[in-house]
Amino acid sequence: MTERSTDHATFVVERTYDAAPSRVFGAWAEPAAKTRWFSGPEGSDQFEYELDFRIGGREISRVRMPGDSTYTYDAYYHDIVVDERIVYAYAMDRDETRISVSVATVEFEPAGSGTRLIFTEQDVFLDGHDKVEYREHGTKELLNSLDAALRDVPTSAPAS
Amino acid sequence: MLNHSSSLDLAFQALADPTRRVMVERLSRGPASVSELARPLAMSLSAVVQHLAVLEAGGLVRSEKTGRVRTCRVEPVALRQAERWIAERRATWERRLDRLGDYLDATRHSVRRKRS
Repeated sequence: MTERSTDHATFVVERTYDAAPSRVFGAWAEPAAKTRWFSGPEGSDQFEYELDFRIGGREISRVRMPGDSTYTYDAYYHDIVVDERIVYAYAMDRDETRISVSVATVEFEPAGSGTRLIFTEQDVFLDGHDKVEYREHGTKELLNSLDAALRDVPTSAPAS
Repeated sequence: MLNHSSSLDLAFQALADPTRRVMVERLSRGPASVSELARPLAMSLSAVVQHLAVLEAGGLVRSEKTGRVRTCRVEPVALRQAERWIAERRATWERRLDRLGDYLDATRHSVRRKRS
């Protein structure tokens, strides 16, 4: 039985490129350019990709992961302001299971002769992905990343 | 930004202690009673119970008492799943946007295509 749950999160990634906003925007708008940099996570094999870049247009990417799961990314473009902004919503499936639904906002701001790109993603993760091996892996990874994190963070007193 | 940052702070605080990390590692292999948890540790049962309380406050461990035995298990909280996912999602985007930078550098001197 699937235990139902939702978890919400937002993250922002920023980059400044030494290229005009029109060139950076173009790398998102033209399918041939986008496939040069937009692929799945490390180690995945993208075997299907389509991009219909217009408001209401769809983008689909299917990748196979080393563990043999297929991940499907299915997006719709909801707002496009040429050279300035892109807003799209997408669902992510692992095989037949919907694992997340997200809204992504991409903003292109002039920065000198270059471009500042601000990528904001708002996610809802569904049903906890509750596989024992993930959980175990997650715990180990948490402990490992904790070690790294603690080297950078002043030690806090134990909770009283 | 995660909505659960204060619970994460508690979780990190809970794991900032080597004894508590040993306890979590033990529990990640399966549930254990408090005395089973205490056995490999050179400390009193009451000290172990105190550490346990910190782990529970951090949302990492859950315990329940049946009769006279308190059984502890790792809390398979969706929070950590979400945290892991978000870290992966973000890492994917960090790499993508780096590749976008490489692509922009590589095509700098090529003829700029007009968008229709």
